[in-house]
Amino acid sequence: MNKKSLLQRAAAAPHIVWSVLFIVAPLIFVIYYAFTNADGKFSFSNIVELAQPSYLEIFLRSVCFAFLATVICLVIAYPIAYFIAKAKPKTQKILIMLVMLPMWMNFLIRTYSWMALLEDSGIINSLLGSEFHMINTAGAVILGMVYNFLPYMILPLHSVLSKIDFRLYEAASDLGCNPFFVITKVVFPLSVPGIISGITMVFVPSISTFYISQKLGGGNFDLIGDTIERQFQTAYNYNLGASMSFVLMILIIISMTIMNKYADDDGGVII
Amino acid sequence: MNQKKIIELKGVAKSFDGEIILDNIDLNVYEKEFITLLGPSGCGKTTTLRIIAGFVTPDSGEVMFDGEMINDLPPYKRSVNTVFQKYALFPHLNVYENIAFALRLKKISEEEIYERVEEMLTMVNLRGFEKRDVNLLSGGQQQRVAIARALVNKPRVLLLDEPLGALDLKLRKDMQNELKNIQRKTGITFIYVTHDQEEALSMSDTVVVMANGKIQQIGTPTDIYNEPENAFVADFIGESNIIDGIMLDDYKVRFSGQEFECLDKGFEKNEPVDVVIRPEDVDVVAPEKGMLCGIVDSVTFKGVHYEIIVTINNFKWMIQSTDYVAPSQKIGLYIEPDAIHIMKKSEFSGMFGDYSSFSDEHDHLSDIIEEETETE
Repeated sequence: MNKKSLLQRAAAAPHIVWSVLFIVAPLIFVIYYAFTNADGKFSFSNIVELAQPSYLEIFLRSVCFAFLATVICLVIAYPIAYFIAKAKPKTQKILIMLVMLPMWMNFLIRTYSWMALLEDSGIINSLLGSEFHMINTAGAVILGMVYNFLPYMILPLHSVLSKIDFRLYEAASDLGCNPFFVITKVVFPLSVPGIISGITMVFVPSISTFYISQKLGGGNFDLIGDTIERQFQTAYNYNLGASMSFVLMILIIISMTIMNKYADDDGGVII
Repeated sequence: MNQKKIIELKGVAKSFDGEIILDNIDLNVYEKEFITLLGPSGCGKTTTLRIIAGFVTPDSGEVMFDGEMINDLPPYKRSVNTVFQKYALFPHLNVYENIAFALRLKKISEEEIYERVEEMLTMVNLRGFEKRDVNLLSGGQQQRVAIARALVNKPRVLLLDEPLGALDLKLRKDMQNELKNIQRKTGITFIYVTHDQEEALSMSDTVVVMANGKIQQIGTPTDIYNEPENAFVADFIGESNIIDGIMLDDYKVRFSGQEFECLDKGFEKNEPVDVVIRPEDVDVVAPEKGMLCGIVDSVTFKGVHYEIIVTINNFKWMIQSTDYVAPSQKIGLYIEPDAIHIMKKSEFSGMFGDYSSFSDEHDHLSDIIEEETETE
């Protein structure tokens, strides 16, 4: 494979250009800004600044919210994915389409819709004639995350669950598993790769989101994403913003490494 | 049979989507027996097995186990275990854990589990494979793990669903012997499903031939081969020439324009019958000495014998002979009375046993189609 034809090289070129322009270059910029001060000199000052309690609180809150949203997504998505995977192939296609359907609508519009639903004088309260305070709470922010990222949990789970040979269910049952043990002893262990990719696909966008918390949290629950956005859009402190992005990336890499430890060396894990 | 019945099917019927798969099956399975359900694809043999395992509930009829009705007993409460067609080993567990799976559910002590798993591994010749990944084993090894996993439970009955179908010929022969030995050693009742008649004849104590959702014949391998009940059984088990005949009297049958002596009786006078003559039971002689004469159509060398197709009165006979005859040669056929077997007319009459459309290629093709439909 060391001698690639010209055509093969040419075919790979767009991808390489794309990667360099939009992945490698931005990463270099992030690292550059993160480790320089306003004068462009090398410095750890931005990273040190993040150690302030106010920033630590934001980081901690982001991790907590993302963690909660991921767990809730997993708990909701697993039975749904299992149910879909057990349906007939035709039904499966329809159900998967229904899961994807909300994703055809714009993310902002969906979040605005939740505002309309959750407001004190919103649709839910007026329909129920109740006075629940829902908007601008931590619960509303986590709800927004769960709602938006749930399909990313269902899809990888469904893809793994639907590939489990039905004979394995029968084999387990034949060897003495009641329906509960069939799930815990066979289905669950075999779906671990799907769980890992689902968690990854929900946790990463949840920890870095910036819009949901502003709209559904009313600015009371600053997350890392919001803070980074403010540094670039309002404070024009690119160095601090970049250092936060950098730390966020490190956080995600650490979480994913821990996750993958649990997946032992099973092949199909998507990071 | 003076042995104890362990499984009894009484009038069991099953349809899927309006299609009748099993049509009123009655079957007794006795203790310590090696019984084989044999038939082409779609004959209902796998469904019968799945009903006994508990994966399929019959529409009507009774499934009895040890004298108790178990129609609605779920698989995990039945003392039967299954060796699945494609093994269905758990890919997330190694060889040891696959075999220990059922024992772990029973909360048996770790030492006993170890002892029993090792005993099984010794029996299937897989000692030292404990830590191996089941996905990396060869087909034959996976097969052995599947057998060990099912037997470690000490089931009363072991169900085997075409367990050797995916193995190559040499390995299949070895495994046939091994399975037979394991069955003798353990004394467990084996219910074996296959479409391979040779496998069925060489392994079983009892063969159950099935077609179109019905049992066509139950008997020992020799009975099934020598005394087939109808044209289907005669054709499916081994090769046979099946000719229309008329029973003139006891021990006297007329076919192919000639009268023959035979050993069968008890038919009505002039009753139309199917006459079965096995290709190896026909002697090739000089035309003037033959009871029947014909011109050789083709000769194929098969190793042990030649396969000769010869036309007599518009019927193509197949004859197996160790002596070579040339195509287009005129030969005579000599048939001993004990080579002639008479069967009553059945729904299968006229469908089988004429070699006019015979070709190996055709045989091969139908085998492949069979396997494809079987796995659905």
